[in-house]
Amino acid sequence: MIKTDAVIIGAGPVGLFTVFELGILGLNSHVIDNLDKAGGQCIELYPDKPIYDIPALPVCTGESLTNNLLEQIKPFKNEFHLNQRVNTIKKNNKNWIVETSDHLIFETPNVIIAGGVGSFEPRKPPIEGIERFEDKNLFYSVKNKNQFSGQEVCIFGGGDSALDWAVELSKIAKKIILVHRRDEFRAAQHTVDQMMKLKESGKIDLYTNCQPKDFIGSSSIEKIIIEDNQKETKEIKVDSVLAFFGLKMELGPIVNWGLNLDKKTIVVNTHNFETNEKGIFAVGDICSYPGKLKLILCGFHEAALAAQECFKRAKPDEKYVFRFTTSSSDIHKRLGLK
Amino acid sequence: MPKVTYIEFNGTEHVVNVEKGLTIMEGAVQNNVPGIDADCGGSCACATCHVYVDDDWVDKLPEQSDAEKDMLDFAFETKGTSRLGCQIFLDEELDGIAVSLPEKQG
Repeated sequence: MIKTDAVIIGAGPVGLFTVFELGILGLNSHVIDNLDKAGGQCIELYPDKPIYDIPALPVCTGESLTNNLLEQIKPFKNEFHLNQRVNTIKKNNKNWIVETSDHLIFETPNVIIAGGVGSFEPRKPPIEGIERFEDKNLFYSVKNKNQFSGQEVCIFGGGDSALDWAVELSKIAKKIILVHRRDEFRAAQHTVDQMMKLKESGKIDLYTNCQPKDFIGSSSIEKIIIEDNQKETKEIKVDSVLAFFGLKMELGPIVNWGLNLDKKTIVVNTHNFETNEKGIFAVGDICSYPGKLKLILCGFHEAALAAQECFKRAKPDEKYVFRFTTSSSDIHKRLGLK
Repeated sequence: MPKVTYIEFNGTEHVVNVEKGLTIMEGAVQNNVPGIDADCGGSCACATCHVYVDDDWVDKLPEQSDAEKDMLDFAFETKGTSRLGCQIFLDEELDGIAVSLPEKQG
């Protein structure tokens, strides 16, 4: 069990700035995110797209904003716990017990949800009942490539993940069956060329303009049915299936935590951005209140105000003093300045 | 103002007047038409504003950008008439356009 002043759910820009606002008040924090890196939507969806409305930054990108925030919070040495999401939050007297999908357990007076539009989850093929195949022989990522050795592997998708794995697994698999919705690919040209060569040499069977129609099998997939643009179907025997249809965002377990929700957002007050539960806060795109704007800059403001209440809960015996970063020697110490 | 008809998957029709210069996605979100999520807020980065454009209107739309084609790979049950609502800007030319919404987004 990890004891901490605050657990932040979501490593997007607002989650990262929350680390800063807590840090200058002398509070430590742990950040949990379902992606494999910090940055949230900024990094996963639009790393290269310009953002023009961050105060005092005439233009930045999702990636540069993330990097700058990571630089800004460095002095606080907070810990990140990536590739996992928070499954449960339970009350324990005045504290909260937070458990992740990797069974990390935290005890904290403050939980700050900076979850954007939810956690990123793999997008699944639109086929009913495929959950029964998941982790048997249907996968959305490759954890151990050797399990595909000697197999006939069907890969769905036309992006970098699909093509990289098609090329890589063709070295150990018996055959790769690559199925894509279009006849153009979104991957690096070099990889597309490699894949085309493997197709010519017979290592890869390529089906373009095709989509998955059905997966047949009782407990694991035995064959797949794909359909082309002319609605013609084809049955293919497979040993395993990899589907790379990108990521989507889902609110996930958050809906089970007893918080007041408004559609896909969490209702908060505008005094300290606390939810209906004491010590659980929501900031950034995931919170809602009258007049809410889904802007990064609004999230920064929300984080600053939530942090004040977090201080009172984490250090009930200490007097809260408002300080500016320009002049406070305490803050300078926390920032590692002399 | 261009008039847009949104047809939900269950057949419910919503006819709304949308300000010129806004997108099909924005027209739906601002008028509370259910069935368009627009998770990324219109930056052509998520494929949750997927619509099927009425056959009569498909040819009147500007061509898909590469970015839109790439994102449509991730949409649920695409057809030949699939587009992303955030990439269709409304003007007088498109007055009267109709779009159907998929069973779900993503």
